[in-house]
Amino acid sequence: MALTKADMVEKLHTDLGLNKREAKDFVDIFFEELRATLESGEEIKLSGFGNFQLRDKNERPGRNPRTGEMIPVSARRVVTFRAGQKLKAMVEAYDGTVAS
Amino acid sequence: MTKSELIDRLADRQKYLSIRDIDTSVKLMLDEMIAAMARGERIEIRGFGSFSLNFRKPRIGRNPKSGESVSLESKYVPHFKPGKELRERVNEQAGQAIRSE
Repeated sequence: MALTKADMVEKLHTDLGLNKREAKDFVDIFFEELRATLESGEEIKLSGFGNFQLRDKNERPGRNPRTGEMIPVSARRVVTFRAGQKLKAMVEAYDGTVAS
Repeated sequence: MTKSELIDRLADRQKYLSIRDIDTSVKLMLDEMIAAMARGERIEIRGFGSFSLNFRKPRIGRNPKSGESVSLESKYVPHFKPGKELRERVNEQAGQAIRSE
């Protein structure tokens, strides 16, 4: 089982009483705001949850894993996530048993 | 962007919810995501990315101050893999300024 947007919509509906339409719009603009912020070159710090950071990588030599041919990996910008204190502590406490 | 700035920006983007409801909703969503990972569940948001857990084997660590050995138990750590849309949109701005505040 994975948590999806549909689960978050349901949670906002049952816990906060948002109607389904409002809840769905909210979940969509929530993730769109995070994307748009990172796209604009701004990093994100959500205390307790974690930080989304941006890194520019230089071009580097790479290989086509199938053919072994050398092909350069182009310079790129990537998003990295660093979990916050609360998230880290909660996940460390997980004992590895499969959630039902 | 911090959590409170996110809340303000979401308020500007839509007209139905009060700032109070937005504040509560943002916190509820982040808590739901933390709770899911805390019970070993993945999170999958199309176009944004997925969160999963990576296993870390037990190891002997050292206290950097005293040099003493300490045995560290195995554990799980959160891992984020950006989705295709996020990856592509962010990469289009490669080389432009990055703002961290």
